[in-house]
Amino acid sequence: MRYNALKILKEGLTGNKGWTPVWREPDPKPEYDIVIVGGGGHGLATAYYLSNKFGITNIAVVEKGWIGSGNVGRNTTLIRANYLLEGNQPFYELSLKLWEGLEQDFNYNAMVSQRGILNLYHSDSQRDAFARRGNAMHLTGSGGELLDEAQIREKCPYLDFDNARFPIKGALWQSRGGTVRHDAVAWGFARGADQKGVDILQNCEVMGFQIENGVCRGVETSRGAIRAKKVAVCVAGSSGRVMSLAGMRLPIESHVLQAFVSEGLKPILPSVITFGAGHFYVSQSDKGGLVFGGDIDGYNTYAQRGNLPVVEDVCEGGMAILPMIGRARLLRMWGGVMDMSMDGSPFIDRTHIDGLYFNGGWCYGGFKATPASGFCYAHLLAKDTPHPVATQLRLDRFQRGAPIDEKGAGPQPNLH
Amino acid sequence: MIINHPLLGPRDATEFVYLGDASMIERPNGFGEDVADAMYEYVYLRDNPAGEHRELWYHEQGDRSWLVVTRNTLTHEITEVALARDVARSKGRSK
Repeated sequence: MRYNALKILKEGLTGNKGWTPVWREPDPKPEYDIVIVGGGGHGLATAYYLSNKFGITNIAVVEKGWIGSGNVGRNTTLIRANYLLEGNQPFYELSLKLWEGLEQDFNYNAMVSQRGILNLYHSDSQRDAFARRGNAMHLTGSGGELLDEAQIREKCPYLDFDNARFPIKGALWQSRGGTVRHDAVAWGFARGADQKGVDILQNCEVMGFQIENGVCRGVETSRGAIRAKKVAVCVAGSSGRVMSLAGMRLPIESHVLQAFVSEGLKPILPSVITFGAGHFYVSQSDKGGLVFGGDIDGYNTYAQRGNLPVVEDVCEGGMAILPMIGRARLLRMWGGVMDMSMDGSPFIDRTHIDGLYFNGGWCYGGFKATPASGFCYAHLLAKDTPHPVATQLRLDRFQRGAPIDEKGAGPQPNLH
Repeated sequence: MIINHPLLGPRDATEFVYLGDASMIERPNGFGEDVADAMYEYVYLRDNPAGEHRELWYHEQGDRSWLVVTRNTLTHEITEVALARDVARSKGRSK
């Protein structure tokens, strides 16, 4: 069923009785061409692009819980392509391009809103760094504009420009950045894949891999064994846990990132705004809540909750640029488990086990990467060569001395 | 989180800096045969377990000691805290 305005009108007049479930709930088949482990945004996007763009439809997506129950259901929904390094930026530019055409492509309303992202800077040296980053963005045609204080005053007069410690001097502005309705991304990809015959198997936990003579032939799941020619893992925060079932250690630590939503307020933030002197980013949802977040807690954890010192730190960042939010009440806060890599950049690669593929290490930036991650992973699975924009996202890059370290922080996951 | 420091008693975790897996105490021999691979595994690869995790914390805002904290990564419960010096010496280091 394709969605269109006429259909909505017709259903509205006939009691909305004609809507059907968005995806099937099939039983597992004994064998597939490709089994994707992880029914989050990236796994579903991979299934969608494999079935819709690469012509492979004999696929299962196995998910331990329900689809979209992990990080795609608990993020701050930002999209942007404002990276610096050539290993990353072309990839994120592809992602932004895919976001721009996504809703028409999969015929689902994901509420892609390109309201822009405003990265504030607070010092001369930071302005230089942002100018450099803006130039890197222009190299991939991603746009980007260096705004001065007067231009920001026009956009957001309520910011604390004259903060004694961190005065706002300007910003790097990317008008194509914005927000997306995160759950709809998972549902839209799931629906698009399902319509091509992809089996989405929920409540189906992977308990082990069938590895025979160094070749992965399938997975053991809580709903029985499933054979597969290729097994593609993309389980974000659970990467360490799942890949240890295949005997692999990864350059990844799992950390918790907290996020927050305030009570609903009148429209006040025209775009995404980020604080340059600390870690704080905020946007306003269509319901009016301020959605914001900051740093990870900084210690290994699989608990989907954080601790109070980071809450304080995030709120201090918010108060430094937006003093008015001190009056807003917090509606809810939550934590999600991030697969923090050793250089802050992700992996889309084969493993040393034939037939076993790995996608992970997204740190706390996986949501914006969802479509390109799925597209590049699908490309790798279908053609067995990396997509041109993902050639550097390899598992062996540390061994080769080729990390993609945007921050230059070194092999310390909690600093990325 | 409260870390029960062996010398100073219970201290707030914000006084500490987190480094990571306590296996980092066991630095490989820099002159060994397989030094490149050993160093790669030592610097970059992690077990990243869900459950009991032994990890290094540095008491930067306190007595500047390194601690080996045994903590559950599913519940944040801390079950054991030892001075990293004692842990390293028990493994035959710096004798």
